[in-house]
Amino acid sequence: MAKGWIGAHRYLLLRRASQVFFLALFLIGPWFSVWIVQGTIAGSLTFGVLPLTDPFIALQSIVAGHWPAATALVGALIVLAIYAVVGGRVYCSWVCPINPVTDAAHWLHARLGLHKGWQPKRSARLWILGTVLVVSALTGTIAWEVVNPITMLHRGLIFGMGAVWAMVAAIFLFDLLVARRGWCGHACPVGAFYGLLGRTSLIRISAANRSACDDCMDCYAVCPEQQVISPALKGKAGSTPLILAPDCTNCGRCIDVCAQDVFNFTHRFDDHLAEPSSSASERSAA
Amino acid sequence: MAGGCVVAGSALAYLVRDARALPAEALRPPGALAEDDFLGACIRCGLCVRDCPYDTLKLAELGEDGPATGTPYFTARDVPCEMCDDIPCVAACPTGALDPALQNIDDARMGTAVLVDQENCLNFLGLRCDVCYRVCPVIDEAITLETSHNARSGHHAIFAPTVHADHCTGCGVCEKSCVLPEAAIKVLPVRLARGEAADHYRKGWEEKAAKGAPVVEGIIDLPDRLPGPGTDNLAAPGGFEPSFKPMGGNP
Repeated sequence: MAKGWIGAHRYLLLRRASQVFFLALFLIGPWFSVWIVQGTIAGSLTFGVLPLTDPFIALQSIVAGHWPAATALVGALIVLAIYAVVGGRVYCSWVCPINPVTDAAHWLHARLGLHKGWQPKRSARLWILGTVLVVSALTGTIAWEVVNPITMLHRGLIFGMGAVWAMVAAIFLFDLLVARRGWCGHACPVGAFYGLLGRTSLIRISAANRSACDDCMDCYAVCPEQQVISPALKGKAGSTPLILAPDCTNCGRCIDVCAQDVFNFTHRFDDHLAEPSSSASERSAA
Repeated sequence: MAGGCVVAGSALAYLVRDARALPAEALRPPGALAEDDFLGACIRCGLCVRDCPYDTLKLAELGEDGPATGTPYFTARDVPCEMCDDIPCVAACPTGALDPALQNIDDARMGTAVLVDQENCLNFLGLRCDVCYRVCPVIDEAITLETSHNARSGHHAIFAPTVHADHCTGCGVCEKSCVLPEAAIKVLPVRLARGEAADHYRKGWEEKAAKGAPVVEGIIDLPDRLPGPGTDNLAAPGGFEPSFKPMGGNP
């Protein structure tokens, strides 16, 4: 069954559109004086009424000893609620402006056939997350904002780049030459935070049609967090087909690339398995 | 892993400390918390910048030799703070990094103006420039003109612009307006602009006025040694060698 190019890139295109959309919301104000959203991804005000605050930044502020004013707290709670529904790391794959940078690095990495390089444990980002909070508490500052490439790039595009291009280039080169999927997949504490936030999030990808899997490995090749696939796809009979690992970014690329349509978006309480399709049963009979 | 975290954490802490060194020309918006607290409160969102009607505020860009990256500041000589009555930047701040307790812009303390160069200030040279005084939004309180004799001409007055820190908001309009190519009056961060009296210092005259009587009871009032003829003050014209004899009567 051929999906066609569009069919095989549907979620990728949607994701790029989403990234452009969220950036454009912030940019049409300063560019065209159409003020829908003011501020940056760290904190914003939409239509003059809806405050949104990055909850990780708010958390650092709290451990630094500053209790944010009500506006920022309400904004952080709204963001927490949204990502608790759509999936914590949806931030990473659908909103974060660094994602296109690291995706580009990975695309080039694959084209050049480079070695995967340094691969620290996936849990490294949790250690970095803890370290950031400790440094925030000890120095009384929002520590990660001194180096955070996400807010720097976002703020740079809106307010002026300064030397941010160097930061972006450094991330690109790190992912290309030092560590494949290094930044978003192993290092970034913001992603780690949103991952924790998404531990119980509602929207999930399910390998509901896993009986149709023909082990082509396309999903593993395309997934930025490969470790999340196996428990759902290769689980024992009776195990849930849901990808419940919080590292999953709900990017949907596995849905795109799978020729057997194994994966689909669903919610975390939908753990039904699709009936084995005729083609799969024929294959197992053969 | 833990070791790596200690190293990375130390590097991050070093960067954070480095970011705390706010340059003297960079002034924070009205109501900004003290710098150490500010960096724990400001999320660098730029909403204060957006609501500043005079484009006074900017966000520091990465790599420029300025405040911590992404934090709001202004440079008085470029665009000073116009001291809006409704303080929109404070109203816009979602976190309280700009303290909403600041209700009256006259209570803002963004810095303190200092007449740093009396040698080039036109008023100190005996001219009547007066621009810093005239433009001051808190005229006659934050800046006054204090007259004194012009010893150079012998028959004019010097009208010295004099800043009173109790009333100066640090808006920077004086620095912006100074007619010299390099301003003779500059707004400095309070930490640089001001000294601080020791906690235990008391001004005797204030204490005396408050008490309505000498602070120390039964103090001996010795004769005043005034300059001029007839005294023992050698430095004064007409002074002479003391033939000092204790006044009769006083022990």
